[in-house]
Amino acid sequence: MRNAFANAFYDLAKNDRRICLVVADITAAAGVASFQKESPERFINVGVAEQIMVGMCAGLALRGMVPFAYTIATFTIYRPFEQVRLDCCYQNLPVKLVGVGGGVNYSTLGSTHHAQEDVALMSAIPHMTVLAPCDPAESAAVTKASMGVTGPVYLRLGKAGEPDLTAAAPEPFQFGKVRCIRGGTDVCFLTYGPITKMACELAAKLEREKNLSTAVVSVHSLKPLDEPGIRALLAKFKTVVVLEEHAPFGGLGPQVKAIAWDSGARCRLRTYSLKDEFIHVYGSHYDLLKAHGLDPAVIFQEVAELAG
Amino acid sequence: MATPPFDAAAVQARCQRYRRRILDISQTVGALHIAPSFSCLELVATSYFGLMHRTGDPETEDTFVLSKGHGSPAQYVVLEELGVIPSAWLENFCRPGFPLATHPDYGTPGIAASTGSLGHGLGLAVGMAYADKLNAKARDIFVVMSDGELQEGSVWEALMVAPSFGITRLVALVDLNDFQSLGQTSKTLPNFYPMLDKLRAFGWECVEVDGHNPQAIHDAVKARSGTKPFVLLGRTTKGKGVSYMENVPIWHYRAPNAEEYQIAIKEVEGCNP
Repeated sequence: MRNAFANAFYDLAKNDRRICLVVADITAAAGVASFQKESPERFINVGVAEQIMVGMCAGLALRGMVPFAYTIATFTIYRPFEQVRLDCCYQNLPVKLVGVGGGVNYSTLGSTHHAQEDVALMSAIPHMTVLAPCDPAESAAVTKASMGVTGPVYLRLGKAGEPDLTAAAPEPFQFGKVRCIRGGTDVCFLTYGPITKMACELAAKLEREKNLSTAVVSVHSLKPLDEPGIRALLAKFKTVVVLEEHAPFGGLGPQVKAIAWDSGARCRLRTYSLKDEFIHVYGSHYDLLKAHGLDPAVIFQEVAELAG
Repeated sequence: MATPPFDAAAVQARCQRYRRRILDISQTVGALHIAPSFSCLELVATSYFGLMHRTGDPETEDTFVLSKGHGSPAQYVVLEELGVIPSAWLENFCRPGFPLATHPDYGTPGIAASTGSLGHGLGLAVGMAYADKLNAKARDIFVVMSDGELQEGSVWEALMVAPSFGITRLVALVDLNDFQSLGQTSKTLPNFYPMLDKLRAFGWECVEVDGHNPQAIHDAVKARSGTKPFVLLGRTTKGKGVSYMENVPIWHYRAPNAEEYQIAIKEVEGCNP
């Protein structure tokens, strides 16, 4: 995802001299290296200092620039939280805050590097837009779409090596709209970010082994949330499952439940999230998800029972 | 067009009027930081009437950021005199239906950035200065800060990066009144102050002067080399001009009652620092 971001960023910045990249001693892949080489004055490394990274971005934006801040998600938004809230959001400035490794992606680095409450925190701030693409192609799409947002954007990326999940998507990417990336009629997964891969694998298995036609919908825009789109899915499917790599509070699950209640949805609804815990488990990204209770074998059984 | 010579006496006269005006406003609203406004008044007024290139066009003129946002009355009275904000706004300070708050809000005419939480203004100014450098805009940015504000870590991140990025058109004026909410700044963190050598060590050009002396403020800023970002440390008195407010922490935020107001008005008439 970070490669896809870097390449999309490079394409945008090449043709728009307002765009600059402010990093705090962490940088993205090859596309950014090319940008740094070609436009060194628009590549700003402030060092290990995230408050000035975000503060400077806001100052640049006050002068008409379009800055992207980039580092590991925890450091993009937690350390400089007040700069995010006041400098960027209160002043409603077009700063793109890019967080790499959202969720528990940095699975060997521990909770210091886990952004597991980021969607809740960023969504709660007025003016903020929260985007979380599911694969490299969608990362490129949201990066480009973010240029059309006049206020601040939090762009929650995965890391590297995510598979392509959207090449055969029945629906095209549309900013702010839920997007069906795998068709189905019985069960619908609502999900976002790298864990979408798990949803796609579960959907294939449910279809194969339980004869349940299962759709997967990428909710790449958490704020604004496509409420009409979600209402329609809650009305269309008998079983809806939210799968998210995020704390149980303030993410997609609770919002879908609220929409379901408000719209009088009659479907069966189940939500899966990370635990409300700092877990001391280290291993692969998959190991961490499993330790948080996001175990595909368990989810498969439960969803099959729910839909059966 | 030649720049007219700096008229320090006129700035002093203005500051006397401003103190009266702020006291008047204090009688209609409680949420007013009088003492912090009085300590930075000469720094603010000298910036506007002696240092800043003002064209009326925010695209070309110098920028002013009041990083110690609670001193907003000091900036509002200047903006009122310049005709940037209407008097009715000041007379209805902090009232529903009117835009002026205790802290300056971006979007209000004459306000370049939202402040109020300490430690934000300098970082914003560093970003603005970087953009100006990138876009070859020849203008200066003036930031008024408080000495208590220097305790915010974010200030030191801004101080750290600005010289390394070759930012030169940035002037920070620190209101060195030696007070913060709970007491004396130099007693709160005695090993942290004074500041001069620390700021120089960070790569800034730095001079300390009497912060109530417009001529001294003007001359020190004008004499800067222009090869580094510049900090002026202005020694000031919190509550300057009203004896019972001077260096008494409660006046950080308290408004005078009718009797106290009368005493204050008389005293500021005679205030000519």
